[in-house]
Amino acid sequence: MELLCPAGSLPALKTAIDCGADAVYIGLKDQTNARHFAGLNFNASKLSKGAQYVADHNKHLHVAINTFAHPGQEKRWFNAVDQCVDLGANAAIIADISTLDYATQKYPDLALHLSVQASATNTAAIDFYQRNFNIKRVVLPRVLSLHQVKQLTRNSDMSLEVFAFGSLCIMAEGRCYLSSYFTGESPNTVGACSPAKFVRWQETAQGLTSRLNNILIDRYQDDEKAGYPTLCKGRFSVDNHLYHALEEPTSLNTLSLLPDLIEMGISSVKIEGRQRSPAYVEQITSVWRAAIDCYTQHPAHYQVKAQWNQQLANLSEGNQTTLGAYHRNWQ
Amino acid sequence: MKLSLGPILYYWPKQQTIDFYQQAINSDADIIYLGETVCSKRRELKTRDWIELAKSLNKHNKEIVLSTMALLEAPSELSVIRKLCENGEVSIEANDFGAIQLLTEKKLPFVCGPAINCYNANTLKILVNQGMQRWVMPVELSRDWLSNIVEDTHKMQFRDQFEVELFAHGHLPLAYSARCFTARSENKAKDDCGLTCINYPQGRIASTQEDQQVFILNGIQTLSGYCYNLINELHSMQGLVDIIRISPDSTSSLATVSAFKKQINQLPNQQQYWRLDSLQCNGYWHNIAGLAQS
Repeated sequence: MELLCPAGSLPALKTAIDCGADAVYIGLKDQTNARHFAGLNFNASKLSKGAQYVADHNKHLHVAINTFAHPGQEKRWFNAVDQCVDLGANAAIIADISTLDYATQKYPDLALHLSVQASATNTAAIDFYQRNFNIKRVVLPRVLSLHQVKQLTRNSDMSLEVFAFGSLCIMAEGRCYLSSYFTGESPNTVGACSPAKFVRWQETAQGLTSRLNNILIDRYQDDEKAGYPTLCKGRFSVDNHLYHALEEPTSLNTLSLLPDLIEMGISSVKIEGRQRSPAYVEQITSVWRAAIDCYTQHPAHYQVKAQWNQQLANLSEGNQTTLGAYHRNWQ
Repeated sequence: MKLSLGPILYYWPKQQTIDFYQQAINSDADIIYLGETVCSKRRELKTRDWIELAKSLNKHNKEIVLSTMALLEAPSELSVIRKLCENGEVSIEANDFGAIQLLTEKKLPFVCGPAINCYNANTLKILVNQGMQRWVMPVELSRDWLSNIVEDTHKMQFRDQFEVELFAHGHLPLAYSARCFTARSENKAKDDCGLTCINYPQGRIASTQEDQQVFILNGIQTLSGYCYNLINELHSMQGLVDIIRISPDSTSSLATVSAFKKQINQLPNQQQYWRLDSLQCNGYWHNIAGLAQS
């Protein structure tokens, strides 16, 4: 099973490779990818250095081109595919049909991975993309239970990649417009959810408040840890009951599911977090490398080490983790 | 410009649903969509009931379309779509590429629903080649975005091969999750939900700590807290939009259809200006935050 790690910068990329990633995924420095944040991603010179580093270590490079091409600006997305090929990347991760079509027509040998943003959650959708664009792998949205993932591995020959760790997107990816409803900008259109430029922190008499485009997301008491105001993780009121109506600040952690994922034939476990620091990438890659190696060497003796979970919890939103949709009770 | 009534997004008792469509068939809507699009556990009307209802409505002088679920996770949910595709009489609105695949396997034409990611003319062209006859634009897109796409489809010479439908009134479907937020609001898990959505015929309101109504929780679907209303924007849809969709939340939505119809039939300088209240929005059309009012 492949360990696929995030790299939002050249130092993060090198760290991931050094710490045992089998593959890394990166994005270009523009709106063609879903982590289009200031100070993040790769310009032309960093791209070639990164690609060289990955190749020198015999690892794989995936390039995320996973937003949707704007009308009249398709060339930007097509150029990203050209760059991906020029780099000698092993795969392009694509969501948009027009970009998939361009890549299939122009580069029949380029391995296409269907981005999670394309939201393929069933065998028929997978068939659609396979038949039309000859995709080689599907990145599954974080909406399926472990049983449903297993059903897909049984009912489809497609290579499947799942999210294993990181910030938890609780909606079917690529089909969530909550961010543009609040701010006008969404992952699909500009490559960012709850963009930082709309975030405002304020000390008030009722505590620290976080706002997104002036809409109150949460209010924190002195003893509460404040998190980034991703809008689906705020506290809202339903019939006068105030709670995290959609989800709490938490991260996905599937270390305990690793044996199941390997046994059912999942091709790759993906770690979320291109927006995170090289220090995050170092810890996360080391823990997951150790866990996969531990299982591979002695499957019967695999146990999640307390130390791994501790390390991961410290890297998580709200210092807590969940199995997310993989576990039916979460749903 | 035609008017359509979108599928009921909420979970209503069977009789209420049937009564609604008995009235809808005499409304000003030209096209009626129906079917369960949110959750496969909602079975007040089973698949064959929806098909029968669609066929009975189809005897009147309106176009009837069966809408399909947006989030398809289980083989059983694909089986439902197969059954809908085999109805032999009315057309289908696909809300997932899985549904498009099943429809194209049977060489059936289809409507591309609002839950499908189609953001540019090249994508539309590919879908037209697969049998798409009508495109309902993703709700987050603006007039400018639509205008650019339509211009491209003219250049590519296929604008006449499909219709454009716009979600123009109602709470906007913004997101789908594995989690049921209505069940969560009652501290239940989805598997143990007791079909509680039926107790909230217009969803559950979620507000900020400053009482701003931001979401409507509707099972696994999250709707906009405000009601989208483009009744004052009809003039700016000329040449771009063929069909206007009203998303029903009660029988009063039929009056909304009539209001739109009246507005459409007025000369531009005689159209009534509707003052939007504080729980309505039109931001997406104006390329600003969806919840804003221009």
